[in-house]
Amino acid sequence: MAEFSTRYSFGGDEFIFAELSEEMNLEVNFRGIAITRKLKEKAFPGILDICPSNASYLVRFNPEEIDAHELLAELKQLEREVANLDEIEIRSRLVDVPVLFQDPWTHEAVMRFRDRHQDPESTDLEYAAQINGFTSEEEFIQAMTDTPFIVSMIGFVPGLPFCFQIARQEEQIEVPKYVRPRTFTPERTFGFGGAFSVIYPVQGAGGYQMFGIAATPVFDREQRLPDFRDSMVFPRQGDIFRYRSVTREEYDAVRKRVEAGTFEYRKQEIAFTPYDVLRDPEKFSEMALGRLYSD
Amino acid sequence: MIKVVKPGLETTVQDEGRIGYYNIGMPPAGAVDQFAYAVGNMLVGNEAGAASLEMTYMGPELQFQQDGVITLTGGYIPPKINGVEVPMWKAISVSSGDVLSFGIVKHGARSYLAVAGGISVPPLMGSRSTYTLCGIGGYDGRPLKAGDVLTIGRMRARAVKAGTKVPDKWIPSITKPHEIRIVMGLCSYRLTDESKALFLQTEWTVTPEANRVGYRLKGERLGFVPRDQPFGAGSNPSNVVDLGYPIGSIQIPDGVEPIALLNDAVTGGGYATIATIISPDLSRFAQVKTGEKVRFVSISYEEARQVRIDFKQRLTQINEHLEGAM
Repeated sequence: MAEFSTRYSFGGDEFIFAELSEEMNLEVNFRGIAITRKLKEKAFPGILDICPSNASYLVRFNPEEIDAHELLAELKQLEREVANLDEIEIRSRLVDVPVLFQDPWTHEAVMRFRDRHQDPESTDLEYAAQINGFTSEEEFIQAMTDTPFIVSMIGFVPGLPFCFQIARQEEQIEVPKYVRPRTFTPERTFGFGGAFSVIYPVQGAGGYQMFGIAATPVFDREQRLPDFRDSMVFPRQGDIFRYRSVTREEYDAVRKRVEAGTFEYRKQEIAFTPYDVLRDPEKFSEMALGRLYSD
Repeated sequence: MIKVVKPGLETTVQDEGRIGYYNIGMPPAGAVDQFAYAVGNMLVGNEAGAASLEMTYMGPELQFQQDGVITLTGGYIPPKINGVEVPMWKAISVSSGDVLSFGIVKHGARSYLAVAGGISVPPLMGSRSTYTLCGIGGYDGRPLKAGDVLTIGRMRARAVKAGTKVPDKWIPSITKPHEIRIVMGLCSYRLTDESKALFLQTEWTVTPEANRVGYRLKGERLGFVPRDQPFGAGSNPSNVVDLGYPIGSIQIPDGVEPIALLNDAVTGGGYATIATIISPDLSRFAQVKTGEKVRFVSISYEEARQVRIDFKQRLTQINEHLEGAM
């Protein structure tokens, strides 16, 4: 990783933005988690929002209660304190997320917005497989489903998980976003943009490549499903999602359970240190999948 | 109770906003003109934070089904009671059966109706604000429709005398082109120096894509400093590794048509942000209409802090004045 010193900047009179790195990697994401967690523990008065993201974070504060320059000095101090990432433990969940690839609903949206795409002659999946050097779409789907992703950021709209694959950079998939954003994306679309996969919580605009549709929600405004009892948003930063390719039959069966309000994600609690992941991502991924499907 | 006879273009229940959930991707929502909203509550003697109606461009037609005190603040969409025009920024008595309607918008984009007691809808995550994108908060999570019936709440702090008004010196005047103050920064290092200067020199025109999420602006094409795109960012020079967007932040997808985010903002994404509108000026920006022109004026953080202090002081003075008048 290239040497980079964090860029701090005021966002108007209420925000501080800290960019830890211009490029995405697992280490920088863990660093952001560590800093923002410590900041939360300090519970300074006047902090309104702490928003860790992929390689940066955002703090919203009330300048009547906390001086911006003092807060900035605190953030710099916290950054020095988390130099050793092994001191933090991340407690999160391993989650099985069933996805129907090449489904009729996102396919229809893919075809509707061909004029906004880099390659109007192919589908999003064909295009992405090809530019990432895969010989078939099946192989490409396998690469996305064999290795789990870490939820590295929540945002855009409520509950949207940005997911980054737990793999070495040379193994990771990277795709451009649409040339011009779409005005429509089906709810639960499994999308990919830059090095991130996402699930769109609600129908709306979007610019990520569309590969399939998740059978299960990440946002539940009525909080009907057991996984949403505490929050209308399911994903949390640090969660580990395994996207599993399912048949239409299984997709329909899961949808029925979701609609009946009985669906519950297959998930396992997990605790790990950044070093567990960074030392050997392959081994960590293997261990995570083993645990998730152990019973 | 208040019956909605005609809903207007987009009339929603709003308050100070749903603060503290940005990290799950939930923007605050809330009144986009917080100044007009706050003064409205003061005029009818409400506790700060009582919910009001935000009306955009074309006002609704509302029938009061009980006596009460109301006020209209913000952009000038001429209000009428039983067809007779009534002044804004003034507490007005209404009687059961009275009908409030509006003429064609004269200046500004949004008016606020505050009712003594506030609009009563169930609070969600600490706020009654409507966030239509996810269909939550406010009245059934959506703009009002004909036939809806609103209940008046009990968030009154003090009794008010009808006829009480805000002195003219405190009523915001609208100058054109709109000058909106910003603090440059965030990812502004991505813009070339020429483009930074051009951004500040340009008179930007608000496009029809202007709503509570944000305003898209038309003007000049801006350029980014060439670089090998960092891993994970995406291939366009305006792309960055997806990050958080402050309320008021300005991004420039592909260097064309900057987007300035408002209270229903998308909370993050993959475009370089280059500046942030200071919070007191968000209230003014929210009154800019499609087709109007905006210039951005760069100020330092310290200057922004001073503008904020003045803004809060003005609200305190108005409150003290109105308390004295009651």
